[in-house]
Amino acid sequence: MGKAHFPGAARIAYAARLMHNRPSFSGDGTGVIELDNVAYSYGGGELLSELSLQLAPGSFHFLTGPSGAGKTTLLKLCYGALRPTAGVARLFGQDVRQMDRDDIAMSRRRIGVVHQDCQFLDHLSVAENVALPMAVAGQAMPEQDDNLRELMAWVGLTERAGALPPELSGGERQRAALARAVIMSPEVVLADEPTGNVDWEMSQRLLRLLIELNRMGVTVLIATHDLQLIRAAKSQVQARVLRIANRRLNAAGVDL
Amino acid sequence: MKATLQTLFALGRGDKAADRVVPPTGFTARLTLFAAAAMAFLAVFALALSLAAARLATSWGDELARASTVRISAPDGQMAEQTATALRLLQQTPGVASARALSEAEQQALLEPWFGPDLPVAQLPVPQLIEVLETPEGYDPDGLRLRLQAEVPGAVLDDHARWRKPLIAAASRLRLLGWASALMIAATVGAMVTLAANAALAANAQVIAVLRLVGATDAYIARAFVRRFTLRALSGAAAGTVLGIGAVLLMPPAGETASFLTGLGFRGWHWVVPLLVPPLAAAVAFVATAVAARRVLGGLS
Ligand SMILES: Nc1ncnc2c1ncn2[C@@H]1O[C@H](COP(=O)(O)OP(=O)(O)OP(=O)(O)O)[C@@H](O)[C@H]1O
Ligand SMILES: [Mg+2]
Repeated sequence: MGKAHFPGAARIAYAARLMHNRPSFSGDGTGVIELDNVAYSYGGGELLSELSLQLAPGSFHFLTGPSGAGKTTLLKLCYGALRPTAGVARLFGQDVRQMDRDDIAMSRRRIGVVHQDCQFLDHLSVAENVALPMAVAGQAMPEQDDNLRELMAWVGLTERAGALPPELSGGERQRAALARAVIMSPEVVLADEPTGNVDWEMSQRLLRLLIELNRMGVTVLIATHDLQLIRAAKSQVQARVLRIANRRLNAAGVDL
Repeated sequence: MKATLQTLFALGRGDKAADRVVPPTGFTARLTLFAAAAMAFLAVFALALSLAAARLATSWGDELARASTVRISAPDGQMAEQTATALRLLQQTPGVASARALSEAEQQALLEPWFGPDLPVAQLPVPQLIEVLETPEGYDPDGLRLRLQAEVPGAVLDDHARWRKPLIAAASRLRLLGWASALMIAATVGAMVTLAANAALAANAQVIAVLRLVGATDAYIARAFVRRFTLRALSGAAAGTVLGIGAVLLMPPAGETASFLTGLGFRGWHWVVPLLVPPLAAAVAFVATAVAARRVLGGLS
């Protein structure tokens, strides 16, 4: 279990698709996802205020902060599930306010999301769940089976491919969620506590998978309060650490 | 509108994958099927009733509108003279195509069912009957009645309108009721499918959330539900229609003396009408589910 390598063929295919996807990004700023002076409130007081964030293509970010600080909320702003109550959010250069529900759906095909509580279609097998983004995009590629098989091997779920999601362990669910998040070769991966349910060994493994994606040019943002994980990552990848404190987003201190 | 059209096309194409994303629901599926079948069965009867009533109103109107009778009761000596006067008067009346005094034999035939074949009509003070056939435009019965009164004291005009009109009105009302029932059945199918679709959408909130997360458009999600309910309504209504038509066919055949009930079948091109029930039920289910899905999905983040 100690080794995790994105398999050769799939890696090349992934990189090729990523290169193919790139030119469609026509941002006027510098980030694939940009929050500009954004505020958000669920109806009461503001949870986040005057928050600016730019995810440059190929960057690696950690997002940390105490529980309830708004990490999940911030990620939702980044993939258009929530619209800022003030300020501007841009996905691939497009202002979220000008995007309708279909535009948001289309942008989801370029942003892979791993939820804090990974949800699946419980009546479909793990493999079908992982391939779901392709199915809803109407893409049934001929090489899909190979691609899927390699991806399942990459996250170590080959044996469990035919199982139903409720039969998976917490760590298996998170790996399945990661596989599902990357099957469309997204340009950005947003992961919310991807190592929440797993032991140290497994969290290292998941981290390496994300780092490997980042080396292929994928922009990665990971929300976590596992400082140990962040330290481990910093030795392998140039990662920036952001912290939410007092409703604002700051660069994390020297303690890391 | 665009999304609806897309859904419609996709429905025709069929999409195995989109079908599978919503978990199968055995019990509610069977309930929807049953309700659609029952509604279709009722709709077939409502339509049969409407069409039979319409047929009845038309035929009564046609048969009765053309013929009226003038009845002359006069003392023996004046009978021939008054009959001749009435005939002349009738022939001069605009709107009357022909007027003809019934012969003794014809009158006897009319009375036979009541008095038997041996009745000596000639020896009885039976009134003389004149059969009046109208042109399609018809005559003015009030004017004719006044003139008859002035010239032929013993004549009574019976234009059948007195008892014909309420019967035709009743038949028309019955037809209207039949169509109203068919409409209400369609509305009920819509309401029922809306309820079922809302229940399905609510029960599958997690499915919808997951689909949104992985980039499914509203049209794709809606399609999975719309397709399911449309097919259920279609197959349920098809079964109900077959049963309904079978039941109509089992009605006793209409003979010479077609009474209203035995005439309750479909005739000629009317057979097409019950065949429209399943596609119409499917169309109602399609629209109801599409509207329900649009409303539910539009309210999500
Ligand atoms: N849909 C919602 N409606 C109202 N309040 C909400 C909603 N979702 C989250 N909140 C509140 O907003 C605050 C931030 O929630 P969020 O999930 O973003 O925190 P978090 O930083 O991800 O926490 P954790 O580390 O525990 O996952 C919390 O106080 C939470 O109760
Ligand atoms: Mg959270």
